Amino acid sequence: MIHNKTISELSRGLAAGEYSSVELTTHFLKRIENLDSNYNSYITVTAEQALNEAQAADARRAAGNATPWTGVPFAHKDIFCTQGVRTTCGSRMLENFIPPYDSTVAANFKQHGAVCLGKTNMDEFAMGSSNETSYYGRVTNPWGTDLVPGGSSGGSAAAVAARLAPGATATDTGGSIRQPAALCGLTGIKPTYGRVSRLGMIAFASSLDQGGTLTRTAEDSAMMLNVMASYDPKDSTCIDRDVPDYTATLNQSLKGLKIGLPAEFFSEHLDPEMQTQVQNAIRELEKLGATLKEIRLPHSHLSVPAYYVIAPAECSANLSRFDGVRYGYRCDNPQDLQDLYLRSRSEGFGDEVKRRILIGTYALSAGYYDAYYRKAQQVRRLIKQDFDNAFGEVDIIAGPTSPSPAFAFGSKGNDPVKMYLEDIFTISTNLAGLPGMSVPAGMIGGLPIGMQLIGNYFDEARLLNAGHQFQQVTDWHTKAPSGIDA
Amino acid sequence: MAITRGDVEKIAHLARLQVSESQIDKLTGDLSNILSLVDELQAVDTTGILPMSHPLDAQQRLRADIITEENHRDEFQRIAPATENGLYLVPKVIE
Amino acid sequence: MQWETVIGLEVHVQLATKTKIFSGSSTAFGAEPNTQASAVDLAMPGMLPVLNEEALKMAIKFGLAIDAHINEKSVFERKNYFYPDLPKGYQTTQSELPIVGAGHIDIQLADGSSKRVRIHHAHLEEDAGKSLHEDFHGMSGIDLNRAGTPLIEIVSEPDMSNAEEAVAFARKLHTIVTSLGICDGEMSQGSMRFDVNVSVRPVGESKLGTRTETKNLNSFRFMERAIKLEVERQIDVLEDGGKINQETRLYDGDKDISRAMRSKEEANDYRYFPCPDLLPVLIDSSYIDAIRATLPELPDARKLRFVEQYGLSDYDAGILSADAGIAALFEATTAKSTDAKLSANWIMGEFSARLNSEEKTAKNSPINAEQLGQLILRIKDNSISSAGAKKVFDALWTEEGHDVDAIIDAKGLKQVSDTGALEKIVDEVLAGMTAQIEQYRATDEAKRKKLLGGFMGPLMKASKGQGNPKLFTEILVKKLDG
Repeated sequence: MIHNKTISELSRGLAAGEYSSVELTTHFLKRIENLDSNYNSYITVTAEQALNEAQAADARRAAGNATPWTGVPFAHKDIFCTQGVRTTCGSRMLENFIPPYDSTVAANFKQHGAVCLGKTNMDEFAMGSSNETSYYGRVTNPWGTDLVPGGSSGGSAAAVAARLAPGATATDTGGSIRQPAALCGLTGIKPTYGRVSRLGMIAFASSLDQGGTLTRTAEDSAMMLNVMASYDPKDSTCIDRDVPDYTATLNQSLKGLKIGLPAEFFSEHLDPEMQTQVQNAIRELEKLGATLKEIRLPHSHLSVPAYYVIAPAECSANLSRFDGVRYGYRCDNPQDLQDLYLRSRSEGFGDEVKRRILIGTYALSAGYYDAYYRKAQQVRRLIKQDFDNAFGEVDIIAGPTSPSPAFAFGSKGNDPVKMYLEDIFTISTNLAGLPGMSVPAGMIGGLPIGMQLIGNYFDEARLLNAGHQFQQVTDWHTKAPSGIDA
Repeated sequence: MAITRGDVEKIAHLARLQVSESQIDKLTGDLSNILSLVDELQAVDTTGILPMSHPLDAQQRLRADIITEENHRDEFQRIAPATENGLYLVPKVIE
Repeated sequence: MQWETVIGLEVHVQLATKTKIFSGSSTAFGAEPNTQASAVDLAMPGMLPVLNEEALKMAIKFGLAIDAHINEKSVFERKNYFYPDLPKGYQTTQSELPIVGAGHIDIQLADGSSKRVRIHHAHLEEDAGKSLHEDFHGMSGIDLNRAGTPLIEIVSEPDMSNAEEAVAFARKLHTIVTSLGICDGEMSQGSMRFDVNVSVRPVGESKLGTRTETKNLNSFRFMERAIKLEVERQIDVLEDGGKINQETRLYDGDKDISRAMRSKEEANDYRYFPCPDLLPVLIDSSYIDAIRATLPELPDARKLRFVEQYGLSDYDAGILSADAGIAALFEATTAKSTDAKLSANWIMGEFSARLNSEEKTAKNSPINAEQLGQLILRIKDNSISSAGAKKVFDALWTEEGHDVDAIIDAKGLKQVSDTGALEKIVDEVLAGMTAQIEQYRATDEAKRKKLLGGFMGPLMKASKGQGNPKLFTEILVKKLDG
């Protein structure tokens, strides 16, 4: 069926005239309508706009101006502002927020004539690893009705895994692309910090947030990154650097590629079955000509602690703008100014968001700044230096993406710390600003697991090349959850 | 470092978040757990290490002093909770 | 007990950029509410700041003008607090690494001596919007047009010891920023705002007393009043055995009273940290040198030059060099009139008096340097008397006429300086004044001078006011004494 095709296949099919964008779009919209009640992967479905965009795309193709993305359907994580289309960020705070502007990422897709099917569910303000914090309800992993899809880009991951979109945008602050990719059997890349514009991408932690992809294959991620990555003069942290054609280097040989295996990622704490599966996957890369080398990232155990100071500190300030004055949720009948602030924010934000705002406020407050915030920023440098040293010896780093496959709803109990450890392997790349990718690399108990590949700064092409070559000799990325009609 | 109920009340006020009496114990416990996770940082010797605020060693870009923004007041205020005569309305500000 | 006052100032100077510090919205004053508030200024979700280079350059200019160290690395931080005129819930400002480091400004005191006031640092930051308190059914209205306007905040050391010194400092600062062209200096529009930190201590005590901060003073007069009031208040409290609370105060200029702000708002913890949306600002010495090369002449240097080039007194040079507009007017006027001293007297006298009484500046005065110079030239070449010159000045000021010579003709103010013609008039007039001549000649020589006025009236009348009085006097004395 058409929905099992990858983005590159659909792009070729559209170019060959096998189907129109309107037909494709209608097919996906129908699937969403019929099936998404099982997953809750979309917060908003934009059927009417999608069909209009599909018509425009077909016309553009007829006029001979098509790009590889013209007419290809996809979905946006509901963190990217879309002009005229409600953008909630998974929060009650933005339940009625219709941005009068596009994020740069959304504008980039529009420029190519891609067709946006809707806005996908997510943990509130991207804070979570299980998609249980969304105000719009939890998302179900297509691999099991009681399983989380991962987070925070859980809606994007579930939509792509359930073939309700061939690909979706996502964001990653501590693992929010890679962990759901692993848990849903998908490929996803978080590029180097500064590669994708953050303008119009609602901020969680500004120095860590980065937009990226969730697709089924590395090739699709390369196609998607070709559109997402751009230099944006309106984002001071976006880097002015040419965007290569990421699809051009997918077929390079991996001969001589030096892969580093961090001893810290393969410690006795790693689940033995996970250990075996990831090692097997890495051996496939070796067979393709790569050489393996054990490396050390001695400060990696400090990633989670450093992250849980820095990310909440930044979020505590980033979320201050949600005050009920200019847009977003406002409480009923505020008695005075303080009441307006207190109730609008307390009613508009969920518990996890509040916890993180409070931790961040604490870490920045008088008397604690040096012990927490400054200390964490110093440790952050140590973590980055570990990577700098490692990349002196190897080209890419490989390891597990998450400690385990998808887990059941509520299984992390109500201790937030347990959930935070879910990102133990992914967080360090955000702190360092490095690109990281997850590719399907095996199955445990019938559930997909991911292999994480970490690259040096702006080395996305090499990661995508390695992922693509891996997918030429493995079929993990072709596995579909049961119930997806072939 | 242990966090107390008083700390929680203080930071909740700074963050303009309401914490009810019934939530405060649970929250104090949660925040204490998070802080004990974070306290692992204290064991690291960071003498002489420059704090790192940004992943990349980049510098601030500068914008030319040219007016690029037009008036979009109507669009912006269409999504505002309360406006009048082009102003955003809030409960009386008392200094 | 004898008390001594210690004053430090924090001055907010709005920079005269076209656009905001972090967005491309206009900073023009007086627009309809919120029509100059972009998505960035409104802190819409996902919006990001990019630094305006002109604001950076203006801050560096200021630093160079006060001999300050310019920091090659400066960092923007977030200062967190909730207020409806602060859309992001934090102000983007500089704290640990400001753009301008320590410098100094010399001020002239009433006794003619000068005093050095040290500047601790000056940093770049964004202005907030405005809360309008007119009643909207018990609500306040928020206008965010001003939000994001670039400011430099200049922080002095507590080096001033009375209100007069503080005002002299503030005026000097006004002169510097307007000379540099980095601020329009429009106090009534809030272009410069002062926070004054005041404490008192017994004379001889080395420890500083507890200080209060009176915020947001926007005129020199209010600042002077607010300081005097606060000094009196603190001394009263202390002499009554009380204690000064460290607090923020507001001064109401219309009622001439001050009061403490609600103490609840005081319990702030601003949680500064580096803004992750902005990167460190790095500049090198060549960048600074290029800006240095564009600096205009500053008041202190101009004053020295006025003394040397025009032979003005220290005092006159000080006054004429302080304001960039007045200084330029003086130079252009002198170029036309060829008489620096006379030009200086006219500008400091009649001209300044009119500017002050009508609250005008050299820039928007109805008389330009060309006209004023021409007028002074006509005084100098005896074409008109100084009384006539005042009439011409009035005609120019009220824009009754624009050309000096045309006004002189039209009003018949031209002096007759032809000695032959004047001698003829003197002879005719004296012919009818024999009694007065006798009286004059009978008077003791030393006292005769007083009687000359009695002849001058009829002479001026006979010449229809056009006779040159100086020449008339000379001829008259010769004839009478002869």
